[in-house]
Amino acid sequence: MSKKQLYSITALFDSPDAIINAASETSKAGYTKYDVNTPYPVHGMDGAMQLKPSRLGYFAMAFGLLGAVSAIGFMTWVTLVEYPLVIGGKPFWSWPAFVPVSFELTVLLASVLSIVAMIVIYFKFPNNAHPLHDTKYMKAVSSDKFGINIQANDPKFDEKVITEFFKSLGSKDIAPIYFDDEELQHGQKLFDPKFIGILLLVAIISSGATYLIFNQLMFMPPFNWMMTQEKLKAQKPSELFADGIGMRKPVEGTVARGILPYPFKGQPDSAGKYLVNPSLPTKEVLETGKQKYLTFCSPCHGNFGQGDSRLRGQFPNPPTLHSDKVRNWPDGNIYHVITEGQNVMPSYAPQIARDDRWAIIHYLRALQRAQNAKESDLK
Amino acid sequence: MKKELPSKVKNLGWALLFVGIVIYAIGYTVNPREAAFNNIIGFLFITSIAVGSIFLIALEYIAGAVWSVPMRRVNEFMGGLILVAPIVAVPMFFHLHDIFHWTDLGAIGTDELLKGKQPYLNLNFFIIRFVVVFALWNLFYRLFTRNSLKQDLSKDQKLTTINIRLAAVFLPVFAITLTVTAVDWAMSLEPHWFSTILGVYYFSGTVLAAVATATYIIVKFHENGYLQNLKRDHFYSLGALLFAFINFWAYIAFSQFLLIWYANLPEETIWFMKRWEGGMQFVSVLLIIVHFAVPYFLLLPQEAKMNLKRLKFMAIWILFAHLFDLYWLVMPTYANGVTIGWMEIGFPVLIIGLIIVVLGYKMKRHNLMPVGDPKLERGLKFRL
Ligand code: HEC
Repeated sequence: MSKKQLYSITALFDSPDAIINAASETSKAGYTKYDVNTPYPVHGMDGAMQLKPSRLGYFAMAFGLLGAVSAIGFMTWVTLVEYPLVIGGKPFWSWPAFVPVSFELTVLLASVLSIVAMIVIYFKFPNNAHPLHDTKYMKAVSSDKFGINIQANDPKFDEKVITEFFKSLGSKDIAPIYFDDEELQHGQKLFDPKFIGILLLVAIISSGATYLIFNQLMFMPPFNWMMTQEKLKAQKPSELFADGIGMRKPVEGTVARGILPYPFKGQPDSAGKYLVNPSLPTKEVLETGKQKYLTFCSPCHGNFGQGDSRLRGQFPNPPTLHSDKVRNWPDGNIYHVITEGQNVMPSYAPQIARDDRWAIIHYLRALQRAQNAKESDLK
Repeated sequence: MKKELPSKVKNLGWALLFVGIVIYAIGYTVNPREAAFNNIIGFLFITSIAVGSIFLIALEYIAGAVWSVPMRRVNEFMGGLILVAPIVAVPMFFHLHDIFHWTDLGAIGTDELLKGKQPYLNLNFFIIRFVVVFALWNLFYRLFTRNSLKQDLSKDQKLTTINIRLAAVFLPVFAITLTVTAVDWAMSLEPHWFSTILGVYYFSGTVLAAVATATYIIVKFHENGYLQNLKRDHFYSLGALLFAFINFWAYIAFSQFLLIWYANLPEETIWFMKRWEGGMQFVSVLLIIVHFAVPYFLLLPQEAKMNLKRLKFMAIWILFAHLFDLYWLVMPTYANGVTIGWMEIGFPVLIIGLIIVVLGYKMKRHNLMPVGDPKLERGLKFRL
């Protein structure tokens, strides 16, 4: 026993009030190297122990600011410099969208890094052992007791005086705590081969388990049921065909259903000459034409084709569709413009089906006639 | 422990009430439309405090809270405003056409959107909702306080159990009725506009107003030697609650803004545009400062939440902020741009008067602490 080096004298109390009293008496008695351990934060303890305000708050503040600044900075860089994208017609730098992310990152960095800072500053990382660990005292104060301990390196330390002192404060459970011999000899345990070995083992087991699950288990029945399917996947090879290519080209001289190649690429005049509107201007066709026109054409050409775009100068305004030129064009020319586009007007072939394009032309003709009505139309 | 308000305060209350009534009367004769809009603000304000207090009572029971038990009577007193709140609303019912566009049957005829909303937004159903909502609130208020007061004499623990059950029934009812109130009196001012979060927005203000009122009264009581046994721990909890709901308000307010801003649908954004044009942008920014930034920093330090002077100041500040918030909600419908005149300043006088008078009336008749509550002892010993 005598060989053992004393770390501190501990005393246990039953209530938060008793521990507050004990702490303030201890600090009044002039002890400086002591600490209090309680199962939960006891309010008013900093006052009783005469502690200076914790420095941790400043760390939290700095880390929080770091989070906020890096979030805002990163998003600014992405949206202004690296990858400017128009989203919903909003300015590139749209701060309201940044708020949630900045908030999250502020909170995340402030909390996580504060804990790291606390471990480094107060627990003197990489030191990972403490004489109080694994003692009866620690077990008690982490369940239902409130403890205080005065360390042996306190200038006023005297074992007998302190024991009496704790007794006078009403503690019934006073005990000395000794340094762990082994710990004293080994110094820091962080580089202990056993510790490193366990660390390695954990790393190997966890990465091994990950590998086994994702690269092996997933390929065994029954986990692979969804994986092996009889269908062909895009861009994958296939043994069924001699050339080993899974994706097939259309048979020579055929076209896919519903798709007709456009024969007049770059030839508006031939389109005007040879193409005939295949549908009749029935009520249904005109309704479809109206709907498609309002959806696809009206943003630029205006609801009545007068070239009064709704895009407020973000796209060049088109000319009116009631010009003599367009009115005298055969249907095929308009079909050509919709299919191929014209100068800045893009092609609408991918968006609008063939029949719908012809329906739009019927509707356009109706618009033109309404704008340039003749006496005879009124009958 | 029944106490009376000092006669000076009581007289002040009656004086304010009287002046308030005169202001309302003059307002309604000079410009009924503006008066009615200001009346909405006052009505929502007093409703906030009243129903917010009932909510706090229910919350204490359902959460099994002990710290707030010694102060519960203040909530019970302020919940009494629930009886006078509908009276404040009465003048508006003569001017509903001035306030609510959707009451105009001619407009509904030509307006597809209003036609679609007519099953909800029509006069009869509106009045039914108003009556039902206030009947429910009054009913629950009666039941809660009746049991609580009975317990003062009988010390019967069963009454606490009954109130816990009551609270469990009340809370969902509260959620629905409060949303209905926010929709009816704030959202339907702009009948085309909608925001599914507006009920929560009003709720955040409601709780703030109720906690702020209670905090002010409790601190005042304490300073004048009434609720002597309260400790720092109690005040800290009140301060923390204020702080929490300041943040909650900001969170909800921003959530509402963010979604509308993102979706960018004209019928939704118009509401914010109205609050961002003609000088209103300064009012909107001021609202953020008054309702969030200032109280946030003033209540942030731990010390601030236990400093009685600071708490009193913050309570009054937050009550004003809530009033301001309601102004911001309601007034842009009255006229574009900033509306500020003697009515905006004078109308709240009536509400302040009502609060003092009701408080004086209640505290004269009932104990300041629920002396029969089985949790009172633990509540007094409460420490953080
Ligand atoms: C993105 C805007 C935009 C859309 C959408 C658009 N156009 Fe155009 N359109 C233009 C512009 C710009 C021109 C003028 C092109 C030029 O400089 O020759 C034009 C020209 C035309 C012309 C020829 C007019 C002329 O006088 O040369 C026709 C016909 C036409 N568009 C029809 C349509 C139809 C039908 C649709 C709907 C399927 C449509 N456009 C959709 C922008 C648009």
